[in-house]
Amino acid sequence: MEKVIANIPVKVNEQGYLLDFSQWNEDIARELAREKGIVLTDEHWRIIRYLQEKHKADEPLSIRGIKKSGIIPIKEFYRLFPGGPLKVASLIAGIPKPKSCL
Amino acid sequence: MGTTVKKMLFILSKATLENVYAAFIMANGARMEGIEAEIFFTFFGLEAVEKKKLEHLHTATVGNPAMHIPTLLGGLPGMEALASNMMKRRMEQMDIPPVGEFLEILSDSGVRLWACKLAVDMFKLKEEDLVDEIEGILTIGDFYNRADMEGTHIVFI
Repeated sequence: MEKVIANIPVKVNEQGYLLDFSQWNEDIARELAREKGIVLTDEHWRIIRYLQEKHKADEPLSIRGIKKSGIIPIKEFYRLFPGGPLKVASLIAGIPKPKSCL
Repeated sequence: MGTTVKKMLFILSKATLENVYAAFIMANGARMEGIEAEIFFTFFGLEAVEKKKLEHLHTATVGNPAMHIPTLLGGLPGMEALASNMMKRRMEQMDIPPVGEFLEILSDSGVRLWACKLAVDMFKLKEEDLVDEIEGILTIGDFYNRADMEGTHIVFI
C-alpha cells in the first residue's frame, strides 16, 4: 500500500515498514519516529545508520547481535526506542522488520 | 490494531534446557514486540537462577519421545550429558546465548524476574544463592497480583 510520509508517497507493508529502501530519507525517518513518539537525537541516528549498514551487508539483526557488537547497551537501546527497540528502530531506518526471535 | 497481548507472565517450574529456553525466548520475544514480560521461577525452575547450577542444566533424554532415543538407552550414564552438550553446541551455532548471558539480556530488556517463596524455602536457598537479576522473592499470590492490566496472560511451563 502507499502512504504519504513527510509529503512523499512511499510504498509500505501493512505494519508500516518501507518496502523500498531507496525511497527512505531523513525527513521520512523523523516523521516515522514522531509517529512513535520519538524525537531523533544523534544517538538515535548512530543506531539507525548501524542498522542500515548491517541490513545492506545482509547480516541478520538480533538483540544478542546488538549486545555482542557493543554498539549500544541493551538497556539503553530499550530506552531510546520504546515499544520494542529492534522493530521500532528498523521501521524508522526504512529496513524490514528483523525475522529473529532473539 | 496490533496485538491485544499486553503483558506475559511466565511460571517456570522445570529446569531442563528445553523448558528454560522456551520461557526465556518467549519472554524476550515479548519485550521485542513491546509487550511486558515477567518470569516466576518455582520448584525445579529455580535451578535456572541458582548461581551454582544455571550453567549446568540438562536436556531430558528419558520420557522425551521427540529425542528419538529409546527410553532404556536414555537412562544410561552419560546420555543426558551427551545430549545436553549437543544441544548447547547447536544453540551456540544459532546464536542463542547461554543461560547466564540470557538472564542478563532479559533483565536489561526489562523482563522482571522473581523467585517463588515456597520453593526457595523448600530447597533451603538464600537470596545470595540466586543471580542478581532476581528482583525479589514472591508468593504465588503476589505474582497473580502482577496481572494488573487488560491483556495479561499467564503461561505455565
